[in-house]
Order: sequence, then structure tokens, then C-alpha cells
Amino acid sequence: MKQFAQLFRKVEETNKTNDKVDALVHFFNEADDSDKLWTIALFSHRRPRRTITTSFLREWASEMSGVPTWLFEESYHIVGDLAETISLVLPNPTQKDERNLSDWIEYIQGLREVEEEEKKRAVFYAWKSLNQDERFLFNKLITGGFRIGISQKLMTRALSKHLDKPTNEIAHRLMGNWTPDSTDFQQLLLDDSISSDTSKPYPFYLAYAVEEKIEDLGDPDEWTAEWKWDGIRGQVICRESESFIWSRGEELVTDTFPEIAMMATKLPEGTVIDGEILGYENGSPLSFQALQKRIGRKKVTKKLLKEAPVVLMAYDLLECKGEDIRNQSLEERRLKLAEIVQDLQHPTLVLSESVKFQNWETLAELRKTSRERGAEGFMLKKKASPYLSGRKKGDWWKWKVDPYTIDAVMLYAQRGHGRRSSLYTDFTFAVWNGDRLVTFAKAYSGLTDKEFKEITAFVKNNTIERFGPVSSVKPELVFELAFEGIQESKRHKSGVALRFPRIKRWRRDKPASEANHLEDLKALLP
Amino acid sequence: MKKDDRGRTSRQARRYQDMKRLLSFDGKGIYCAQADVHIDPWKPVAKAFITHGHSDHARWGMGSYVCTNASVSILKHRLGKVKIHGIAYGEAMMVNGVEFTFFPAGHVIGSAQIRVSYKGETWVVSGDYKLSNDGISEAFEPVKCHTFITESTFGLPVYRWDPQEQIYDRMNTWWKKNQAEGKVSIITAYSLGKAQRIIQNLDHSVGKIFTHGAIEATNRALRASGVPLLDTTHATANLDYKEYAGGLVIATSSAVNSNWTKKFKDFRLGIASGWMQVRGARRRRAADIGFVLSDHADWNELNQAIALTEASEIYVTHGFSEIFSQHLIEQGYDAKVVKTAFEGEQLDSTEEEKVA
Ligand SMILES: [Zn+2]
Ligand SMILES: [Zn+2]
Repeated sequence: MKQFAQLFRKVEETNKTNDKVDALVHFFNEADDSDKLWTIALFSHRRPRRTITTSFLREWASEMSGVPTWLFEESYHIVGDLAETISLVLPNPTQKDERNLSDWIEYIQGLREVEEEEKKRAVFYAWKSLNQDERFLFNKLITGGFRIGISQKLMTRALSKHLDKPTNEIAHRLMGNWTPDSTDFQQLLLDDSISSDTSKPYPFYLAYAVEEKIEDLGDPDEWTAEWKWDGIRGQVICRESESFIWSRGEELVTDTFPEIAMMATKLPEGTVIDGEILGYENGSPLSFQALQKRIGRKKVTKKLLKEAPVVLMAYDLLECKGEDIRNQSLEERRLKLAEIVQDLQHPTLVLSESVKFQNWETLAELRKTSRERGAEGFMLKKKASPYLSGRKKGDWWKWKVDPYTIDAVMLYAQRGHGRRSSLYTDFTFAVWNGDRLVTFAKAYSGLTDKEFKEITAFVKNNTIERFGPVSSVKPELVFELAFEGIQESKRHKSGVALRFPRIKRWRRDKPASEANHLEDLKALLP
Repeated sequence: MKKDDRGRTSRQARRYQDMKRLLSFDGKGIYCAQADVHIDPWKPVAKAFITHGHSDHARWGMGSYVCTNASVSILKHRLGKVKIHGIAYGEAMMVNGVEFTFFPAGHVIGSAQIRVSYKGETWVVSGDYKLSNDGISEAFEPVKCHTFITESTFGLPVYRWDPQEQIYDRMNTWWKKNQAEGKVSIITAYSLGKAQRIIQNLDHSVGKIFTHGAIEATNRALRASGVPLLDTTHATANLDYKEYAGGLVIATSSAVNSNWTKKFKDFRLGIASGWMQVRGARRRRAADIGFVLSDHADWNELNQAIALTEASEIYVTHGFSEIFSQHLIEQGYDAKVVKTAFEGEQLDSTEEEKVA
């Protein structure tokens, strides 16, 4: 664990990306293949199977440290991280164990089938043998959630340096449903044929939002515009007559969308399409709510298939007849894509249309109709652009419609967790319905730490009632909320549900009486 | 409302009971009615006895001040022209029959616990304290008493300090590494206390140590009163940035939050504070590194200090007071939480901003 703990320490002790990459490269140069493989797995969200519950860990940490459980829980609430809290309360180590990272993981995996007493003995042994950083990492291996300041992107850069291979190749190799048990370092990163895994997707190309004036993009002739849909970005693969669907979050969702998976098996051999999985019926898109019913389901009933039908709105073609065509121009790729869609003639495969436009003004006019079409705005892509990997500026841009906004009154406040446990950071908002306030949204992001502090002081002085961590407060503060969409909802008292509500700004200039009314919100319903 | 046999509500009765005790909390500070003396008052009073020179304990606007001899220059530096009487550690002072004695608290230079005795009843007001000897503050001395008033800044079992030598080693290593990369190292620390500990304990053979104005001013006051501080260089505006190359700068946190750091071009930032024990606190500061160094007692020291007083009654103030007093109750103490205006260790201290 020493090498891995050193890597962790180095990454902890810098705020600079380059330092972190250097630390990783150093680690990759020194560590053995199995430690490297596990490190890659951990930083790409592949964690070992959980073999011990956190309630046992809490109990045992309390026992070994002599800290009573209530005091342990209080400490946990302040620290905000269980693995860390445990590592901080335990007494200093009394022995040494020089096992490396992958050995410790094997040690933890080995506890799966054993009795509780045996598990406890094993965990106590580890706690007694590891120093504070190592313990923290050991606990993290058990509890998961390896967020220690190394993103997958950063790791890709380090591996690229370590192996002297381009980052996009590394990114591609790291994709797919491999685990440290199903592959090894050599096979994953060095073997000549990447395609030994037929399910392996390509890294997604992601766009930034347009920052400047739209005219700054230059000659409109060099660009195509497509509607931007509010579904799930996905990659659909057909290789060796088998189909796979990957979401942008690198999750395999083939079983969640069987109608798309069925369609995909009929695609030409060696086809990879980038598109949007979209609720869709009678030639027009459904709201995101329809799709929401499907998310996370492994088994989909016939009833649900009927209630919430989906299609693949095809944007781009990445692989054609088994050949990686990401370096061809978007124009060429789209031609081939159109051909495939045309040939297949399948109701669940729809080609995302290129919107014709003469100049930016006409496109801006058209953008105003996005909402009534169920779209979020436009995707603008350079016709000559290759398909890059990751979030890149220049060739692709999102040009979304401005969000809806509404002025609302804060009614409830809740404390944050961890580093923000001393501040009120989560709020519930209300609008007027006649002379009463009705709650309609929860929002938290969008304020500065200074504002949170000010609001916390307000909450403390203006609490009416307390319900656990939630306080109801005098209806005085007004905030402008922004949100992307609005739906009717029977589950909410207000009768509406918002999509992506967030705090835009604090309206210090407005008294509560000038906040918006429920009718204002309902007027926005589609 | 329930009333006692004298017609007082239970709250009034308790207040009355409290007032009759040797020390009470009267909303202005810790009050000794028999002597008409306040300890560390936060509102203007006639007679103030001060535990130490931090701004939450030594405030402006009192009729007169009594503090340790070593604190006099610090109070003068902080408060300007005020009436101050210095007293030696261990020297008793009688006020209307009440005996006041100052004992070292080990917190910062000149810091004291104040023992108050009257007719066989003894209290100790500890102010802020730590048990480990930092080499410049007068080392903590346990004082036996019946009632002990304690801080609880780090009154949680997750706050346990590594030996300070280890922290200085880490600072030196970090400094050398930055130096090798041609970078300036900046460490933020309190202008009174931690700044001097760092100055005295870092390896001056590595390079030059610079100080921000607020720290320099405190150092000047300390040197003038005879504290043998090692040499430092004031980081003034007219120094060329090249002068700082490979050096280490000690600054207050407010200086680092301002534009002041711009002149150092390429630098790395470290924060010296007990709060750095927890990763979340560290990451939120956007600093490169946190050094867990505090002038306050850690969890073990708090418990140890309380045991050493042999007191049975404990008042717990600033910090995790609710949690810590609950813990003390479980240990068999008669512990209560009391609200004061003391602040414990701050990461965003505003106290030092006033000093140029
Ligand atoms: Zn202090
Ligand atoms: Zn204090």
C-alpha cells in the first residue's frame, strides 16, 4: 500500500494538475502491473465488490478506538467521510504489513464468504498494520467512492505519458466493461488489437456551451445545426451480430432499451452510432419525464415499453463496416449514417435532421421555437470536424435556449453535509398562490460561500420550526431560480415539477410580496 | 409558570444562584462579583483581567487591564494607549479578598490561565491552552481547582496532533522541494503564536524567511520586549520579486486572500492550522498543502488537562462545546456548556486585518 499511499499523499499536497499528472506517471513507472491495473480501475469508477457493510465498520472503529458510537457519529457528521473519520479516530498502528495495493484488495475480496468474527479480525489486523493515509485508502477500498482529486481525464494523460501513446487511444482502451479480473494491464493497454472486446465503445465527444456572440463562429456555410434533444446521450454498437448500448456515463444500458438493442442487431456488421436515446411517439419527442420511467430498469415490462417508447435519434457514425472512421469529416460520416438509416427503415432509428439556415439571424429566430418542439436549442458542428474524444472547444458547440426564470421565496433551509455541515446550503422555495405560499422546488447550487454564510446567519435568526436538519424560516428572502423545463406533476403540491432548478441570484432588491405567483409558473407549462 | 418559595421562576432562581457563585457569566465576560473583575470581557467593563493577547480575549474599551508581564507589549501593540498592569506568573494579587494568580497556559507567548480563589473555593479560567511545549510560549502548568472553564475548539476525537517536530520536518521538506522547483513557499499562520513557532523551528539554512506586515509588526513588539526571535525579513512592497526566489514567506490568511500574493509570481501555498486535519477543510481552501499545527489542545490534551485539574465541575466554552461536555458528563464530570464570545482557531481570521 506504501506506493499507492505515496501517490495519494503527493496528489493531496498539490493543487496543480501538472503535479498530479507527474505523481501518477511516477507511480506508473514504479508500480507493478497488477497495482497499475487496480489504480486505473479505481480512478475509472470500477471498485472492488463490497464485502463488509459500513455499519460493521462504524461499530468496529468505535470498539477499537474506544470512542462511543454517538461520539463517532458526531465526528462522522463533522468530517463528512466515513473512511476518513475511521482513519482519524483509530489509535496509532502497532505493526507493519508491506502488502501492496492489489494484495490488499485481494485480502478484502477474500472476506466475502467468511463469518462476521473473521471479517472483524481481518479488518482489525489491517487497521493495526497501516498508517493513517493507508488506513484511509484501505477503508475507501471497502466503502467505495474513490474521489481523491484524480479524474479519469487526468489519469488518461498520465498513462499516455507513461506508455508514450496518444491520449485518445488510451481513452478508448479504458472504455468498455472490463474489470481487473477480466483483463490485465498488458491486454488492456498494450495489446495490438484493441477490438478484442466487441462491446468497447469510443470515448464520447462532448461540446461546451457557446460563450461569445454566435456570429463569432464565422461563416455559417462551414457549420451544420441539429436540434439538441433532452434524452440520454448514448452509443449503439453492432459487432459480430451482437448489440450494446452505452450511456455517456459509461454504463452499459442494453437491457434498459430492448427495442433499440433489437434494432441494433439488424445494423450492418461493425457499426457504431452516436445518438440520443429519446422518448418518442408518433414522430415527435416526448418529455424527459417519459424517459425517466425507463432509467435504471434492468427489466422492462411490455406495459412500460408501450407507455414510454424510445428511439435512437442518430447524430453521428463512428465505426462503419468495422472501420474506425472518427477521423473522417462530419459531412462524410453523416452521409454514411443517412445511408444506414435509410437502408434499415426501422421505427426506432431516426436520423437527427440537419436544420437548414442561411445566416445566424435566421437560426437565432428558429432557436426561439426550440421549446415548442421539445428541444433544448441547437448543436452546432463544423462540417469538416473529426470526431474528437472528451470535452473539447472549437468544432462543436451547444447553443441552448435561455433557461426559464422565476422569483421565489425561501421557506425551508437544510444544512449541508461534510465540509458544509456548518452552513445551510439546501433550500426549498415557494411562490404565491393567492395569499398563501406554496412550495414548488428545491435548489442548492448557484451561490457563493459568502452568500451561504449570510443566509446561514439569517436562518439561525429567523427559524420558525425545526424538523431534524431542516428549519422552516420566515418567508423573507427572494431568489431568482433558473430551470430548464416544467411539467405537470400530481406528486407535487404545486402541481408542477421543474427540470434542473438552480439558484441564479439572490434578489436582495425584492421583498417576499413581489415574488412570482403560481399562475406565472403554470403559464410556462407546455 | 412554576415559581419557587421566594416567588422566582426557575430561570430567575438559577440566575440568582449563578450570581452568588465566585464566577459567573454576565453577558459581558466571565465575572467575579466579589472582586468586581471581568476576565476576558467582550463588552466594555471597568476592570479586565486578560488571559492572552488574541483579539477575542483582549478587546479594546476596558477601563484597565491586568495581564502577564510577557503579554503587556502584545496588548500595547494591539490596543494602543490603555491602562495596563503587568503581573508575573505565580504572583498572587488580592482584590477585595479574592486571590488572582496567573499560570502559564502554553497557548502563545504570555498566555495564562487565571486561578481565582476565595474562601476555599477555587476556579481556573484557562482561556486558550495547549499542553505540548512549543519552545517559545511559557509551558502549560496544570492548576488544581474545583471548577475549570475550558475551551473545546478541537473537542472531537478526530483532532489528535502528530508531534510538532514531524510537522516542522514536513514544512522543511516541502520548502526544499518548492525551492528546487524555483518556487516561493507561502505558509499562512496566526500573527501571534504560530508565526513565531514556525520562525523558530524551521531550518534557516534552507533559505530566507520573510514575513507579512501584520506578522512583522507583532514580531517587532515581541523582539522589543526581549523575546529572542530568529532573524526574518519584512516582505515589503519595494522588495524585488527575485529576492523571494527559494524563500519562505509567512503571511496571515487575510493577506493571502488579497492581491498581496501576486508579487511572488510562482508560489506554493500551505496553511498551518489544526483544521487541516480534515481533508474537506483542506480542499476547500484551495491551498496546496495543509500542516496540522495548532496552538490549541487536541482531543487528548483537553482530556488530559481536565483530569490534571482534579476539578469536578467543568464549564465548556467555544468549540464543539455541546459534544465535548456530553463526553465529559459520560466521564463522570459535572459539565455544562456556556456561551461566550471567544472564537477558538479561525481559518478566516479577520483579527489581523486591522494591523498593517
Ligand atoms: Zn487564543
Ligand atoms: Zn480564543
